[in-house]
Amino acid sequence: MIRFRQPKSLQPILDSLRDLAPIILVVAAFQLLVIRQPLPNLFDLLLGILFVAIGLSLFVKGLEMGLFPIGQSMAQSFARKGSVLWLLLFAFALGFGTTVAEPALIAIADEASRIAASGNLIPQSTDAMQRYALGLRYTVALSVGLAIVLGVIRILKGWPIHWLIISGYACIIVITEFAPREIIGIAYDSGGVTTSTITVPLVTALGVGLASSIKGRNPMIDGFGLIAFASLTPIMFVMVYGMVVH
Amino acid sequence: MSVLLGLLHTGLGTVLDILPIVLIIFGFQFLYLKRPLPNLKKVLLGFAYVLVGLAFFLEGLELALFPLGKTMATQLTDPGFLGIANPDEVHWSDYHWVYAFAFAIGFATTVAEPALLAVAIKANEVSGGTISIWGLRTAVALGVALGLVLGTWRIVTGYPLHWFIISGYAIVVVQTVFAPRTIIALAYDSGGVTTSTVTVPLVAALGLGLASTIPGRSPLVDGFGLIAFASLFPMLTVMAHAQIAHWRSKRKSSRSLEN
Repeated sequence: MIRFRQPKSLQPILDSLRDLAPIILVVAAFQLLVIRQPLPNLFDLLLGILFVAIGLSLFVKGLEMGLFPIGQSMAQSFARKGSVLWLLLFAFALGFGTTVAEPALIAIADEASRIAASGNLIPQSTDAMQRYALGLRYTVALSVGLAIVLGVIRILKGWPIHWLIISGYACIIVITEFAPREIIGIAYDSGGVTTSTITVPLVTALGVGLASSIKGRNPMIDGFGLIAFASLTPIMFVMVYGMVVH
Repeated sequence: MSVLLGLLHTGLGTVLDILPIVLIIFGFQFLYLKRPLPNLKKVLLGFAYVLVGLAFFLEGLELALFPLGKTMATQLTDPGFLGIANPDEVHWSDYHWVYAFAFAIGFATTVAEPALLAVAIKANEVSGGTISIWGLRTAVALGVALGLVLGTWRIVTGYPLHWFIISGYAIVVVQTVFAPRTIIALAYDSGGVTTSTVTVPLVAALGLGLASTIPGRSPLVDGFGLIAFASLFPMLTVMAHAQIAHWRSKRKSSRSLEN
């Protein structure tokens, strides 16, 4: 295996292609060795992969130029001297805003609305589908915002993380009993989808800044705890969303 | 031409996606911190990159990763390809190539994930070297791969998703009691880290494709859930790996004491 040691800002497009390389290799191997059938629309596929590579590298490059430095310095200054109320407000806004812009979530929410429309759960109009997808994303964003608030309170109070996570599991089990079957899959998936390109670096900056400015907190453990919360609450909230909408 | 129109349309939509975070960052900057932004030009250019990049990415997903996942699912479950004469009497083991593909895609994408490497280096430091970097990467990649295999098997058999996930939670809770303290937060986090922005759409499309081609399954009820498996299983394998590493180093040190 190759060992990756490249400077971050260098050759962002190669980085994106490297993200895609394992997918391309595995698919190519299966196509050539196992399936041995021509792939339909090969040109579109290649164009699309090129788009994904270009898009992802521009996206990450843009984040590194603007949003990340501001967001990180802001998260740290709020963590150091902000009053608790402002800190919590900022924590919520940060969780909410980053989740709404998360690319994988946009894609999955659109796909979910298409599936829901073809299964006649919602009317088959673009309007209804867009509303459903947007509702899904705002539900997830709201839950991530609340998760970050809860995580910040935890860091301030120094509660042990596993008790909160385990109670979160218990809540999920209870809500699953009452949720419609059609929403459970999307709900469980949304936990893993939300924590990615934008959310992780900004939220981790908040957690690490906060934990290192309070005595007796370990920056690494507490900085990471926020992400763990942010992957749990969307599961509950999306199931509740499903109960309301379906 | 339709590709260009699609890009433009998606581009307009992404403005709305980026708007909340822009408002939040600028709002807090001006209202609370009351400081002008340094390098305003660079920041604005950065936002333009983000907009264009997101449009390209989403358009590329529609063109490539979503169709690719669905095509793979259709081709790998095709009765002609599997050599099944009667499609009504399919056993779950007939779909072995689906499981092989799920394993391969899960393992390959995770081992190459840059975010995971960063976590692995930290874990190595925290554990004082008992957890090796490659050991952790393999543990997480195996976790994702096994998670996807079980997830695709669930779609084929049609068992309810929450049985699996809730049993997984139970195992996580039990492991938390026995795992070394320092690894717990990392293990919880490894679930979220592994599912990258390019892997998520492909895996989701694979699940939806399987659910729509396998007789008796519906994409609505059975299609989603693979990502949940891929985020849960690394927690199990990482804690198991830490426990084994811990136990081994203990045995080694007690043995060297005897000598």
